[in-house]
Formats: sequence, C-alpha cells, structure tokens
Amino acid sequence: MSENGQESRTAVSAAIVDYGLGNLFSVSRACGHAGMSPVITSSADDILAADIVFLPGVGAFGDAMDALRRADLVKPLLDYAQSGKPLVGICLGLQLLMSESREFGVHDGLGLIEGPVVRFDNPREGDRALKVPQVGWNRISPPAGGPDWSGTLLDTTGNGEYMYFVHSYHACPASPSTILAISRYGDREFCSAVRSDNVYAFQFHPEKSGPAGLEIYRSAAKLAAGLIEQSSKRNITIESCQQLSAD
Amino acid sequence: MNVRIIPRMDIKGPNLVKGINLEGLRVLGKPEYFATVYYEKGADELLYMDAVASLYGRNSLLHIVEKTAADIFIPLTVGGGLRTIDDIRAALRAGADKVAINTAAVHNPNLIREASLKFGSSTIVVSIDAVQRSADSYEVCTDYGRECTGLDAVEWACRACELGAGEILLTAVRREGTGTGYDLTLTRRIAEALPIPVIACGGAGRTEDVIRVIREGKADAVCAASIFHYHEASAVACGKADFSDEGNVTFLKTGKVPSGIKPVDLRDLKRTLEAGDIACRMCA
Repeated sequence: MSENGQESRTAVSAAIVDYGLGNLFSVSRACGHAGMSPVITSSADDILAADIVFLPGVGAFGDAMDALRRADLVKPLLDYAQSGKPLVGICLGLQLLMSESREFGVHDGLGLIEGPVVRFDNPREGDRALKVPQVGWNRISPPAGGPDWSGTLLDTTGNGEYMYFVHSYHACPASPSTILAISRYGDREFCSAVRSDNVYAFQFHPEKSGPAGLEIYRSAAKLAAGLIEQSSKRNITIESCQQLSAD
Repeated sequence: MNVRIIPRMDIKGPNLVKGINLEGLRVLGKPEYFATVYYEKGADELLYMDAVASLYGRNSLLHIVEKTAADIFIPLTVGGGLRTIDDIRAALRAGADKVAINTAAVHNPNLIREASLKFGSSTIVVSIDAVQRSADSYEVCTDYGRECTGLDAVEWACRACELGAGEILLTAVRREGTGTGYDLTLTRRIAEALPIPVIACGGAGRTEDVIRVIREGKADAVCAASIFHYHEASAVACGKADFSDEGNVTFLKTGKVPSGIKPVDLRDLKRTLEAGDIACRMCA
C-alpha cells in the first residue's frame, strides 16, 4: 500500500480540458502512454490541481471561446497559467491562447501569447492552389535565428520531423521569441508551435503524429514530474528551515 | 503538400477481409496484426470499414478499434454502418479520430451538418461510392454498390462539403479489388471541384496506379488495400492460425494472390513516390 501511496505522489496528473468541443480520447490515450494519469474534465478545481493541463479543441474559434466562457473556464485557465505549471494547447487550443482570431469576425482569445490567428492566405505550390484546410503530415523546424529546442518540449524532436496537421487558420505571434517551430505549406511559412515560459502550444496533433508525437508527450510528462520534484524539495527545505529556526 | 497513404482495412467479424467490387470477401488475417505493421511502416492514417454493418445494421468493429487505438498514434478513421450521432460518438469513444459516413448521409444529409457541428468538420469524412453511368457521369450508390440513389457524384460531393464534411472518401466501386487502377476521371473531377481533401479509393493493383491517381487524378490522399494486404499476408506463414468456419479462406489455404494485384511493401511504395518527386512523409 505504501508503494502505491508513493507512486500516486510522483505520478503526473494531467487535466484535459473538456468544454464540449472535440475528441479528447486520443489526447487522453497519449497521456496514459507517456505515463501520466489523465482526467478529462470541465472542473476548475481539477484544472487548478493538475500537474499539467492540456487544452485541445477542434472547430471554430468563436464557438470554442463561447464554450469556455459558458463553462466558466477562462479565469481558471488564466490562473493556472500563472502557476508556472505547464499548459499545453493543441490545434485550436493553440489558437485560443493567442490574443485574437479573425475567423468569422474578430474574437478575443485568452491572450496568453500576443498576436492574431489568421487564415491561410491562398497557399500555392508551383501552379497548383493548395487546399485549405491543410490535412496531413508536415515538417516542423526551429525558426531561423530563433530559440533552439533544447530544454523545451521539443527537446527530443528532430529538426524537420513530420507531424500531423488539420487546420485552416494559424497563429502569428507578435514576438518572434514566442515562436517555437515553423512549417511551410506550399509557399507559405507559418508558426506551428509557440512557447512563452510554461505555456506551450502546437498547431499539429502530437497525439496523432506517431512515435515522434508521443515523444512530445513524454517530454511533457518529464517536465511536469521535474516541477513536482522541485516543489517538493522546496517544501522540504522550507520545513527544515522552519525546524531549524524553531530549534 | 505531402500526399497521405492510407491502408484500407475491411473488417468482417474478427477478420481482415478483401473482396472484388466489395463482394466475395476473402479472409486475409487478423486486423490487429496488419494495423501494427502498417503503423510501423509509416502509414499516414488507417481506415477501418465494417464490411457488413451497412447490410445487417450491426456494428462489430468497435472492439477491434479499441484494441488497436491503444497502441497506434496516427489518425484512425472508422466507417461502415454508422447511422446516428450516437453511433459516431461510440466510434470516437472507441478510439476513432474520424468517422466515415455514407448510407446514412445519403438518406439524411442533415446528419453531415449535425455531426460536423458537434464533433468538428475535421472529424467527419463523407464516404461516396460511385458507379460510372456514362462517359461523363457518375452515380452515387450505397450499401456497397447495391443500391442506386440517382444522385450525381460530383453534385453530392459538393453538397456534402457545403454541409460541413471535412474530407471526401471517394470509392470507384467497379474498380474496387480489381487491380485495374483508380478511376482517374472521377477522382480528378471531384478533387478539382472541392476545397476539401479527396481520398481516392478503389482499384490499386500496383505502385504505378498510386502514382497516376496522385499526378493525374489530383488525389490529396490515397487509400489502397489489396496491394498492401497481400504483401503482408504472404509475409505471414499461412495456414498456421485457425480460421476454420470464418468465411472464404481460399487465400489462407492457397496463398494465391488474385490476378491483377502486384503486392508492395508500404515503405517501398513511399520510397518510389519520393524518388518520383511526390512528397510524402518518410519514416526513419
């Protein structure tokens, strides 16, 4: 029993935010595969208590923000982001972290990363117009002159690795330092991953991107576990300081 | 743009099967085995079709999906006999990333709208089985080509797209399983008419057919079954597993590949595409 107790203390609890849109099961399975304990939830308490939060989503930006507001999840997500624990947006979840989207009018986003979400602007490949949405596999790379991937969730990802995308819109971060990865769709270069401190997001679906995608979930589990360890060490230090001063 | 290569797996009961014109289904083996091999060889997605559900209104596929989804992290599309929002939800819950709807969408086009609003367009693939009626017209049929609908395939594809379909899975029923090549005219017509991706299906007999449907048919993604299945099935020692009383086991007993089919390893096919300047995802 004590062994179980120890395990549950060190297991990473992952909250997958459920606001009524999208298929969350594949995210949940990938979390489980990477050794985390996932829970699909729409509870603010679960989100705030989690060691790592995944914000997935499919569909339209405006509908998704409305759904987050209806579920009273905007403030809990912003509060969670302040905690320093990892927040990971996926696909539409990346776009929701941005300040605004121009999908069917202008909508405010969560504003955790500055910059708009815009539609692919007539991408072409040679004389052929490419389809929007982009559905399929595409390569991701670190931005030229931008931060490299060491120490990030893409630490173990190879430059030019293929990931699975489904999207018509993409983010345009205002600060180049928040662009974690770029990709090309025909003649258009776009931002395929963002990062600002503990906030990460991917325009692609790591949970549908084969072994390379699963590596990202493993890195996320490792990052969250590291933070748990750090905070428990800090608590022990504080306790021993208190003990010392009491002595 | 990277073209997607998607092995199509028709399932009957516990088995992977393959027929000609979606009839005369032969047992090829266990779907879990094939799914794992294709995942490891770099399949871009997998498509599971319940070969009988649409006829008998039952759905036996979902537990197979559940078993495979636990270890396979590429998009899985599930189709065959999905009729309602609840059916779709059950398929997604079992591990599907997308669902393919066909007969039910023809009978009730509003299902496309309802499902795409509920689960997102990218989750909803509308599957169209088409039969050529004249030099330039194709008719939509349902129930594996048995029922004619009177609908024009190009018009129906456009309608499905307007209603919210995320992709079209386009099967030339008369080519299906024959190895005579994809219907390039049909594929090109619909691929060029639609702003959403079109997955070409039906007729692949050799690598060259896949190349042609990408170059000439303008397919955004390509489904193939026989060319991959017969390659992998011959790699398995036939006759070892007990498939007695499980339908037509001709192939398992004789190991005879149907004429017109030139089996190919999925990895080799992708290498050939790349060498021919057709971009696709290559696996390490």
